[in-house]
Amino acid sequence: MSAMHHIDIEVGPARFRVASAWRQAVSTLDQLYGHYPRVEDDLVDFTVRLEPEKPWRKFIRPSVHISGDFWLPDAAPLPLQQHLLAAEMGMNLQMALGWRRHLLLHASSVEKDGKALLMTGLSGSGKSTLSAMLGENGWRFMGDEFALLCLDSGMIQPFPRLISLKNEAIPAMNELVPADRFGPLLQGTPKGDIQHLQPQQAAVETMDVLAKPALLLFPRFGHDGALRNMGKSEIFVRLTQASTNYVALGETGFRALTRFVDEVPVKAMDYQSGDEAQAMIDKLWAELR
Amino acid sequence: MIKDATPLIDALRDPQSVSALGDGQWSELISIARAESLIGSLAHRLRGLDLPDRVQAIFDDAIDSHELVRTQALWEADCSRRALFYVEGKTVLMKGTAYVAAGLAAGVGRSIGDLDILVAKDKLPLVEEALLDAGWEWVKPDPYDDQYYREHMHELPPMIHRERDQMIDVHHTILPLTAKPMPDPQKMLEDAVELADGLFIMAPVDMTCHCVAHVMADGDFAGGLRNLWDFHGLVTEFSAHNVQFWQQLEQRAQRHQLLQHVRWAAVLSHQLYGTAIPEQWSVGSKIRDRLTLHRLTARDGYGRETRKLTRLIFYIRSHWLRMPPMMLAKHLWTKFRRP
Repeated sequence: MSAMHHIDIEVGPARFRVASAWRQAVSTLDQLYGHYPRVEDDLVDFTVRLEPEKPWRKFIRPSVHISGDFWLPDAAPLPLQQHLLAAEMGMNLQMALGWRRHLLLHASSVEKDGKALLMTGLSGSGKSTLSAMLGENGWRFMGDEFALLCLDSGMIQPFPRLISLKNEAIPAMNELVPADRFGPLLQGTPKGDIQHLQPQQAAVETMDVLAKPALLLFPRFGHDGALRNMGKSEIFVRLTQASTNYVALGETGFRALTRFVDEVPVKAMDYQSGDEAQAMIDKLWAELR
Repeated sequence: MIKDATPLIDALRDPQSVSALGDGQWSELISIARAESLIGSLAHRLRGLDLPDRVQAIFDDAIDSHELVRTQALWEADCSRRALFYVEGKTVLMKGTAYVAAGLAAGVGRSIGDLDILVAKDKLPLVEEALLDAGWEWVKPDPYDDQYYREHMHELPPMIHRERDQMIDVHHTILPLTAKPMPDPQKMLEDAVELADGLFIMAPVDMTCHCVAHVMADGDFAGGLRNLWDFHGLVTEFSAHNVQFWQQLEQRAQRHQLLQHVRWAAVLSHQLYGTAIPEQWSVGSKIRDRLTLHRLTARDGYGRETRKLTRLIFYIRSHWLRMPPMMLAKHLWTKFRRP
């Protein structure tokens, strides 16, 4: 059996052992996650495995097969250059299929004044980019992929992994953030171009500080600026679709989600640019009581 | 680094053995247990011990998760009961669903995937029709596979429910028709025990024979640790309630032409989990048993399968058991030529 190298990564409440057949790939991860807490005891929640699809594919047209404690049978392998994306997908998979201590919402989140703003929507809606931008403009970044809703308290638990910037968001964020916080540019991935961005140091240091959800947005990029109200039943159904473990949590998940929908104000927000979105968000935030 | 699945076996056999584990070894043990679908059983087995917090949280999750799996399995069984209400004859639950429906120790924390049921062979057309009517549909409508299943297999091609996304395997016997042993499904149906809600489970001796057929006579021992843990749980509980159990099992296994397999499973279960078995049963082929144990424990601390050559031997064996050589060649050729 070929040798594996691994690194333990702690993001919010979860710990991952990311094991890879490629030593170099592990050191890239080590570097990018360098300002996250060190896991001293090697005690983790999940193992992610990144291995050659076939033994010879470690060297010849190397390709990365993603698996781990939780896995999908039909995950397509990625070229070695996209190893960082493979690691990200492997960690997402563990959370999506294996995490049960929170209701997982496919949403980004940021915090101000102890209150959390959540943004959810289909891919391309801009939720991830907006969270990254707000995270550089006075908000605390809490996560670009999963918002973790506490089952008992209804609070949001941060999950600030590396931000996965896609396509147009890459040049936009490069204007705002110094180059040393970026990972390598991954071109031509199944999701287009991807570049990883380290959240601000403060966001990582406070990743165990919860925030009460105060507003949920359904952003939609590329339409004239507009705000719309949504019915509670529509919100509920869309959030069940945006949750990876709603079904797996059974009644507990139902209770947590109905409470969230009852308590948190929601708007659908169309926007044309990041600046426009930020202005709309600032206005909405000021109007919250 | 843990080198094989032995620590998992030790933990199931003797929960106190985990006190020797270091933090990193816990992570490895958990990966192995997840890979072997034994995390729920392990979590229950280690209940009440003083464990590291993060490990305890993982086991609490596993227990919760399997509680839901159990509820879903029972619900799915009830759905099949309602779908087959007007089909005459018994619907017998099999494997995990049967264990939880009967409240057996083997069902505690057990993973359950598909719903497996046994019905009389002459009722298959009616059962099929009733299930299709009630919302199940074929998983892979492929003419070759379909014909293959119907001519040579012990079950219908798999069906999935279009709304609940749950699979059902409808068996009419417990081994492929091409396998050498010819079990007697008629006897299994005859002796099946009715549960309160109108569903049936197999009699203890038949349930044990089916568990054995599943692991020893039809497969390459993938998932073997879990299946033998089932065996351990079943025979331990049955023999505690019935002093005649082993004798009855021997007779029934003979009838199903599975006696050699049952004895072999007992030996392996004894070696793995310390199962108490009749003294005269514990004689086996040492080389064969050692090779099988080598296969069963082939997993490293990252949860990867290891020992490729050993696994290959058992893979070839599984096909060999399943069908005669010429037929195997034809089957593999057809499969190979298909796009």
